Amino acid sequence: MEFILQAVFSFIFTACFGVIFNAPTKAIPYCGVVGAIGWIIYYTAIQIGVTEVQASFLGAFVIGIVAQVFARRFKMPMIIFNVSGIIPLVPGGIAYNTMRNIVELDYSMGIQNGMRAFMISGAIAMGLVFAEVIVQLVLQMLRSGKTSMQTFARAKRRQKIK
Amino acid sequence: MDKNEQNYEMALNCFLLAGQIMMESGAETYRVEDTMLRMARSQNIEDAQSYVTPTGIILSLGKRQITKITSITTRITDLHKIAKVNSVSRKLTFKMITLEEAYDELRKIQKTNYFLPVHLQILAGAIASSCFMILFNGLWSDMPAAFVAGGVGYLVVIVIQEMTRVKFFSEFLAALVVGLIATLAVHFGLGTEMDKIIVGGVMPLVPGVLITNAVRDLMAGHFTSGIVKGTEAFLTAFAIGSGIALVVAF
Repeated sequence: MEFILQAVFSFIFTACFGVIFNAPTKAIPYCGVVGAIGWIIYYTAIQIGVTEVQASFLGAFVIGIVAQVFARRFKMPMIIFNVSGIIPLVPGGIAYNTMRNIVELDYSMGIQNGMRAFMISGAIAMGLVFAEVIVQLVLQMLRSGKTSMQTFARAKRRQKIK
Repeated sequence: MDKNEQNYEMALNCFLLAGQIMMESGAETYRVEDTMLRMARSQNIEDAQSYVTPTGIILSLGKRQITKITSITTRITDLHKIAKVNSVSRKLTFKMITLEEAYDELRKIQKTNYFLPVHLQILAGAIASSCFMILFNGLWSDMPAAFVAGGVGYLVVIVIQEMTRVKFFSEFLAALVVGLIATLAVHFGLGTEMDKIIVGGVMPLVPGVLITNAVRDLMAGHFTSGIVKGTEAFLTAFAIGSGIALVVAF
């Protein structure tokens, strides 16, 4: 029950950010799907006791892969699905707490929260980059089996469809 | 020869415009570089070089060819424009349109406003703020307060940004308003956890994506872009933090 609730609300949350970031209208529901998948992975990892940095890495990694799949499917740049997908994971609340601590002159707490925000955003960026690189590698391996003639035929076919 | 030179100039303008629109809409640095060079290669310009930063782009078509600079002053997140430019560059690379058509389309994209109506955006901001409560163990009873705080905060950002064009100031004011609404809501018994309402309310404003993109640029080796974006994120977070602090202090 809790999982369904989390999934539904993270879907709505991400789709709303899709509207704010002005994603193409037909991509907005898929942005929501990407965000919900990433959040569920993160949530599950946190529930079974993984630290927040590692959980963020896992979530971002899955988001990267799903975003790649959607980007190829809809022929849109990957950033559309990435940017809204990672929104539930990004440490916006922690960044806010950092700044609030600092302007309230509570420096030690501020540094601590700032490091947390930095580590989490680093983990998210790493997850996205790793997913991108690994998908590229796998695709290259799949493609290397085919002759250039097949690639050429595919390009031709694509042209005809457009 | 003269015709050739003219062609080169238009090609340069076209590629640079594509880069400019993408950078202004918040694309990653490597994607901007990749798009411009790919478009150049599709026009048989092999040794084009580019230098892209979030504040300006330099593009040269080769050793003995013309070079041009464009400066970038506004940076927002507009994914629709990135998708549009991407499809133009894809069509140009597959030789489905000519250079002239691509340039015309890009100019049209630059002028058009693809944003959804403002009230829809504000509604989205408000709903996102109230959803935040559920995702981060807030109380259901705090959702209406977060809804109002998020919506009004986003409205303030849009209005003040339109009036003053100073990003720091509009974010500061919006955070101030969010803080005020949260304080009033708790004071009149419409909400319980002030901290959660405030964090939910400022969620549409916080630079989470900027921070992540900054780290990502650093990892891709675009150190200038990473530092610039990181600084922008820091300034935004500082504006929001000080706006909230002003309310909490009293």
